[in-house]
Amino acid sequence: MFYREAGDFKTSYVADNQTFPIAFDRYRYYVVLAVAIGVVPFMLNEYFASAVLIPFLIWSIIAIGLNILTGYCGQVSLGTGGFMAVGAYASYKLMTAFPDLNIFFVILASGGVTAGVGLLFGLPSLRIKGFYLAVATLAAQFFLVWLFNRVGWFYNYSASGQINAPERSVFGFNVTGALAAPEAKYLFCLAFVILLGIVARNLTRGKLGRSWMAIRDMDIAAEIIGVDPLKAKLSAFAISSFFVGVGGALFFAVYLGAVEVGEAFGINKSFLALFMIIIGGLGSIFGSFAGAAFIVLMPVLLKNVMVGGLGWPTDIAAHFEFVILGGLIIFFLIVEPHGLAALWRLAKEKLRLWPFPH
Amino acid sequence: MKKLLTMATVAVLGASPVLADLVFPSLSYRTGPYAANGIPFADGYADYFTLLNERDGGIGGQPVRLIECETGYNTEKGVECYESTKGEGSLVYQPLSTGITYQLIPKASADGIPVHSMGYGRTSAANGKVFEWIFNYPANYWNGASHAINHILDVNGGDVSGKKVALVYHNSAYGKEPIRTLEELSAKHGYDLTLLPVDHPGQEQKSQWLQIRREKPDYVIMWGWGVMNQVAIQEAANIRFPMENFIGIWWSASENDVLPAGDGADGYKALAMNNTGSSFPIYEDLNKYVVDAGKAAGAGDQLGTVLYNRGLYAAMLAAEAAKKAQEIHGVGDITPAQMRDGMEALEITAASMEALGLPDFGPEFAVSCANHGGPGLGAVQQWDASAEKWELISEFGPSDADVINKLIEEDSAAYAAENNITPRDCN
Repeated sequence: MFYREAGDFKTSYVADNQTFPIAFDRYRYYVVLAVAIGVVPFMLNEYFASAVLIPFLIWSIIAIGLNILTGYCGQVSLGTGGFMAVGAYASYKLMTAFPDLNIFFVILASGGVTAGVGLLFGLPSLRIKGFYLAVATLAAQFFLVWLFNRVGWFYNYSASGQINAPERSVFGFNVTGALAAPEAKYLFCLAFVILLGIVARNLTRGKLGRSWMAIRDMDIAAEIIGVDPLKAKLSAFAISSFFVGVGGALFFAVYLGAVEVGEAFGINKSFLALFMIIIGGLGSIFGSFAGAAFIVLMPVLLKNVMVGGLGWPTDIAAHFEFVILGGLIIFFLIVEPHGLAALWRLAKEKLRLWPFPH
Repeated sequence: MKKLLTMATVAVLGASPVLADLVFPSLSYRTGPYAANGIPFADGYADYFTLLNERDGGIGGQPVRLIECETGYNTEKGVECYESTKGEGSLVYQPLSTGITYQLIPKASADGIPVHSMGYGRTSAANGKVFEWIFNYPANYWNGASHAINHILDVNGGDVSGKKVALVYHNSAYGKEPIRTLEELSAKHGYDLTLLPVDHPGQEQKSQWLQIRREKPDYVIMWGWGVMNQVAIQEAANIRFPMENFIGIWWSASENDVLPAGDGADGYKALAMNNTGSSFPIYEDLNKYVVDAGKAAGAGDQLGTVLYNRGLYAAMLAAEAAKKAQEIHGVGDITPAQMRDGMEALEITAASMEALGLPDFGPEFAVSCANHGGPGLGAVQQWDASAEKWELISEFGPSDADVINKLIEEDSAAYAAENNITPRDCN
């Protein structure tokens, strides 16, 4: 009734090509942004910020990054944890080497460094695909973690092998270190999410995104119609790694503050990111957010209900968390193999016809 | 569905705090690859507070409320647990994980909540001038490294030059802690040090033990935790490494670590910072008030094990510090800041341990403003596989203070410089 194209007249090409062609969608998008920027910071407590919202925002960036590579370009990657580590260590080295550089640019530069590393590890994708590429990226994961554990230069030769984020501020507000207010950390991460979300959305709608999807759907056919696989695959690796690197840098600098590479960026992080995009929906920006929300929020919610609400012993609750989460993943994949994004799309289609479905 | 949602909302909101208790959070791990070691410690920690509540009505008349939060030895979950419990008036954090301790040091210092990393965590936190809120008495890793070398010195009549010592360690902040000290001691005593890192979680150690078999070090020192301990001891037994030359840190020293290797583990040595066994008067009370009353934590089957005793010990030190804080400030319901004062003024003597029903349970020590690490006394214990018992084979002895104090000074000064901390003035 209210969710439809009819009556919403487009008078220019720009209006015709906008991200959200349906007026209701557009307003919803603005409302979400307004709530995230204008309302949430005022209702934030420290637990909610640091256990729920900040990890959700950071994982969203990482999931978008992996979705560009795996969902849009069809190149399976198990190296996400390793690329996050590159972002984290790059930001640490930049922060300690250039103390006066603004943290905003440090994070972006860390993404840049990660893009370079991703490009390097993306080279094998030109010759191998599928499972074999997954194994090659798995090698990247293990090699990078090993490298950061082994070479003292990366952690400035600290005795424990840990890296600690020094205090940095934006507009006079601390965003890293123990004294940073949860609101500042949240808004800092949110700024990156909005910025990178818009960039990703527009990249995937443009020429580059179309060339990625062509490669994903059938690489030989894509080559025949004039898509350069070298350019498409390597750009997907670089841009995806940029996103993952920014996410890794935020993960270290803003979220955790101190990091040990083996634990924080191990293989399980790669799987987590992959689960997010599979559950959320491959090849969908919304799916990246939905998947990140599902994986980050669900354990916290389950824990609070079972331990805080029902008073169960912590070990039983922790085991049940795995059972329920695993059960839900299987349920979603059986009911909707294309992820939460497909459910969302279906809901929107139904809504368009509502209340006269025939 | 709606009903379910309402129930869930009520359940979440229902978890509002009950005030006017002494709150002790227990960041435990009863799941994951480190659970075998996490469970007994968490049980001991919880049972001691249950005993105080049941027998004495709490500490100084104030009931104790223990909040348990599962970390799985994972730093992210540890941070989540810290954030979720600190608002409840938590008095002291004991995360039983070096990684989580590193996370909490800046956060807890900023929030003004003390952290007690008993025999783990950041060693240089022993310098109370820099680490105002962090305590690691009665002993730290660098003491432990020195104890191990001291034991090797004792066995060899004081001369270890030219001997080969290998360190098998968990490749994390935890396992890397002793390296500096062992290197300094190697320069001093002239032994060769080989470093063999084992990656998390430690189930795969074939290559490390192959290297040990090839290079034949005279002694192997281990910094392991969780499943890594069991695997290492089994591997050592498999290559027939002489067990009396294999020395673990006090975290590689529990029954769970040696039992799977059976007779092969006979003679394995480990360091100890508290006494073992269940032959202490407190166990009568524990059985009467806690176990028989059906209030034991977990399955209630860990009593008397090394790590259960360490959990008891940690809880005892926390409770004594709380008592001290109540004494100093003259109030029953203390704040975290007052708790910190109590911890800083803590003094454990033979008489006070005797009075608690724990005679000779740990070393005597006193904490001060400048020294948050205690005297660093430690002993060596040995596993008797036929009797399935640990025996202390040495007295609680001192470590090499010349080497360690210099390193603590250096490392804490570096931390202070990094974080713009002006060391406190301690007289």
